[in-house]
Formats: sequence, C-alpha cells, structure tokens
Amino acid sequence: MDVIDKALAWLLSHPSNLLWGLAGVVGLCTLGAIAGMILPLVQPAKDHTNLRERVASWWVMIALLAGALLIGWPAVVILFAIVSFIALREFLSLAPTRREDRLIILAAYLTIPLSYFFIIIDRYGIYLVFVPVYCFLVTPFLMACMGQTRNYLAAVAMFHWGLMTCVYNVGYAAFLMRATSAEIMPAGPAGLVFMLLVATEFNDVAQYVWGKLFGRRKITPTVSPNKTWEGFIGGWVSTAALIWFVGPLFLPVQGGALATIAVTLPLAGFAGDVTMSAIKRDLGVKDTSHLIPGHGGVLDRIDSLTFTAPLFFHLLAFFTVGRF
Amino acid sequence: MKFLRFLLLLLVARPIARFLTGADVTGRKLLPLKGPAIVAANHNSHIDTLLLLTIFPSRAMLRIRPAAASDYFLKDPVIGWFSRNLIGIVPVARDRVGTGEDILAPAREALAAGDIIVVFPEGTRGDASDEMARLKSGVARLAEAFPDAPVTPVWIQGAGRVLPKGEHIPVPMNCAVLVGEPLHWEGHRTAFMDGLRESLLALKAQAPPLRWG
Repeated sequence: MDVIDKALAWLLSHPSNLLWGLAGVVGLCTLGAIAGMILPLVQPAKDHTNLRERVASWWVMIALLAGALLIGWPAVVILFAIVSFIALREFLSLAPTRREDRLIILAAYLTIPLSYFFIIIDRYGIYLVFVPVYCFLVTPFLMACMGQTRNYLAAVAMFHWGLMTCVYNVGYAAFLMRATSAEIMPAGPAGLVFMLLVATEFNDVAQYVWGKLFGRRKITPTVSPNKTWEGFIGGWVSTAALIWFVGPLFLPVQGGALATIAVTLPLAGFAGDVTMSAIKRDLGVKDTSHLIPGHGGVLDRIDSLTFTAPLFFHLLAFFTVGRF
Repeated sequence: MKFLRFLLLLLVARPIARFLTGADVTGRKLLPLKGPAIVAANHNSHIDTLLLLTIFPSRAMLRIRPAAASDYFLKDPVIGWFSRNLIGIVPVARDRVGTGEDILAPAREALAAGDIIVVFPEGTRGDASDEMARLKSGVARLAEAFPDAPVTPVWIQGAGRVLPKGEHIPVPMNCAVLVGEPLHWEGHRTAFMDGLRESLLALKAQAPPLRWG
C-alpha cells in the first residue's frame, strides 16, 4: 500500500491542470476506442481496422508522452531525441543518397545528441544557432572534403532539410520544458508542451474529420488530393477555438497573445502537413515507414509538429517567456 | 549455451537490428514459427542475417539457423566459435562444390531436427544496387529432401546501405523486410527455382523505392 500511496502522492504533486488535461486526452482516446467498437456494428459492410489501429497506436503514443511529461524535462528531452532520430532515419532512407554519403549520414545522426545536449545544459543561444548556422556550414564542407561534387547542391540541400525539420524544429518541443516565465504558468512547463502537442494533433484530426464530413473542393490537388478547403477551414476554426478556450488553463498568455497563437498555429500545422506531403510525393512514397500501425511512420505523425513547434515556441518567447 | 544465445538475440541483437534498420516488416504473420521450414532471402549485407535472426517472435528465435559459407565464417577460430554457437549458423562448404562431398548435409540435419533454415540463394552478398543475382539451386535440393517444409520468400530492401560489402562501419538506414506467401516443393527443380525467383521479384516490386546511387 505504501508504494501506491507514494505513487499517488507523486502524481498529485503535479499541477492539477496538467493532470486534468491528461485525463481529458485519455477520455478522448476512450471515445475513439468506443467508436472503433460501435462502428462495425452500425456499418458492418465497411472495414474499420484502420480506425482501431489508429486508436491503439494513440494509446501507446499518449502513454509515452504523458509518462515523459509527468517525469520531467530529462524524460521529455530523451523522448524527443529518439523521435528526432527515428524521423531523421526515415527521411534519410527515403531521400536519394549515395554510397559516398555514408559518413555524412553518420555525421547527420551525430547532430542529434549534440543539439539535444544544448537543451540539457540549457544554453538557448547556442541551440538557436547550432543546426541552422554551424551544421549548415559544416555539412557542405565535409562533403567537399570528401571530394564529392556530383549533384552537390541538391545533396547538401537534402541534408539541411532533414536536419532542420527532424532535429532542430522538433527539439523546440523539448526546449519548452526549460521555460520559465514572469507570469504564472498554470500547468508548469509541461503544460506548454502539452498544449502544443494537443493543438497540433487536434488540428490534424479535425482537418481529417471536417474533410471526411463536408470536404468537396480540393485545396492542394497536385500535392495531397485528399485535402479540401472544407477540411482546412473546419480544422482551422476548431483548433483556434480549442486554443482560445482551453489555452488559458495551460499557457501564461491571454488576450491578443493567445489569439495570435490560436489563429496561426493551425495554419502552421497545415503548412507542415502539406510540405511533407510534397516531399513524399517527390520521393514516390505514401508513408515514411510502417512503424506506427494505422498512422505510417514517425515522420508522417510529426509532419505538422515540425512547423508548429518552432512557431509556438517563438510566439511564447515573444509574448511572455522572458528568458528566451 | 542455448540460453546465452537466446539472451544475446533478444537483448543485444534485436535492439541493434531495430536501431540500425527500423526493422520495418510487412507480412510478419507469414513467417514460419516451427521447423522444418526454409526461409529464402536476397543478400546484400551481413545486416540481412541480423534482421532474419531477430524479426521472428521470441518463441521461434532459437529455431532460426542461417546457412553460411564455412570458408568465410569458420576460417578464424574465434569468429567460428561465435558463428556456430551464438549466431547458430549451419555451415555450407561452398568451396567444396564438385568434390563429391555432400555440402548440404549439415543443413538437412538441422531441418530434420526441426529447425528453420535461412538461406541466401544468391550465394554471396551483392552490391546494394538492388539487382538480384542468379539463384543457386541448393535451396531446391533442400526443399526436395523435405517436401513438407514450406519455403518462405523474404525480400530485404536497403540492408546494403546500412553495411555494404567491404565496409566496416554500419550507418542506420531504414530497411523494409517483405515476407511472401510460402512456396511448396512440387517435384521440379527448375519450376521451383523459377517460382522462388518470381516471388522474390514480386516482393521487391512492393518495396519502397531505393534511391541509392
């Protein structure tokens, strides 16, 4: 009993808003699971395996993220470093590479522990420039040193794109855990990460649902033919409303600052989704792997996050989180 | 020693395989779980062996025996001990072909004991260029000797990028492992080999594009 008491005390030592938020997400996922059980009874003709797989995968992802958020910033940093690694591996495996590039690929992976190391030692200024300036310069230099000039610029650009999206931009989600604020954060730094992830994923799901229900006019016919204006606008409005009404429980912002986040974050999510679709179309694949049943690869799941994480971070930094 | 091999495969080899390749398996349910059975895969890298040793459910893991060239794996005593006892190879003396020696005898013994033999019918590792070499017919002779053993074709895409022949540093890159419907011996070697070749090429056609120049 002692152990249970201690675990309960540990759980309750977290901000109550965070606990209620996590409980809300578990509730939503339970609704999804119930839908997965009821739909086959209502529409027995249709195949609902994908929905069930998606929900089952959501349970795993929610468990991992909730566990990390409750444990604290070291766990969140490790979790996102692993996400970065798997996403970068997916990206580099699909992108055109050559046998001569093997060592550069290895070097690209090395930027993950380095970049996340600057989060661990909490040096925001160095984190900010490490990938966009120094990796940006070193990658082409290393390739030049190895005497590769064939298709040089395209190969360099490919590495830059992978590092910026999978390592640098995703890292911002983990860096939120180190935030401090002059104003009170109602759910601690974990509340910031929580709101970012919930808003980003809610936007993906809302766009999908609005598109399925009312979608008629294609928005990006050549890149992602399943996306519609109705899905985009429905998702935008729903997510903005979510951020506007739920945001004050987790974020140290109100009024104009909150409205700015509410309006821009769904747009960034949509942009990330479409951009990654364009890349996948160029590479000739639908999913980046089959790691997450029902969803595809890690890169498929975090495509929106690679755009929303830096925007969310910088907006908070601009409006409130003083030290960044 | 069996227990040691089990621990090594489960706690060392499997995490390494996941880290290096992502082990993106399609059709996992088609893998045989008990012997005698034969798994025939294309071969570009030592990573192929690592993957095939670790993608099976743990209850079938100790049954997996990769057929491997004795002239390569058994020439050094340390590597030889490791190959025999921990990797669990079945030696194939490919340098003794034509001497009248029955080089498939160890493989047949393993099949008779109920093991799952992994064979690479191309005979040796190719380059990562994705081309399949001419298949050698040893696998047909094994299937003929054990007509009830299913022969499961497996296409491994991209292992040659993780560790190409001649390189020593592995670089993590996703590999797709595609498992096909098992084939059965129907009495003719050429027909059997043609069927195996077609199955492998059909699996290859489903694999994600490999942009490796």
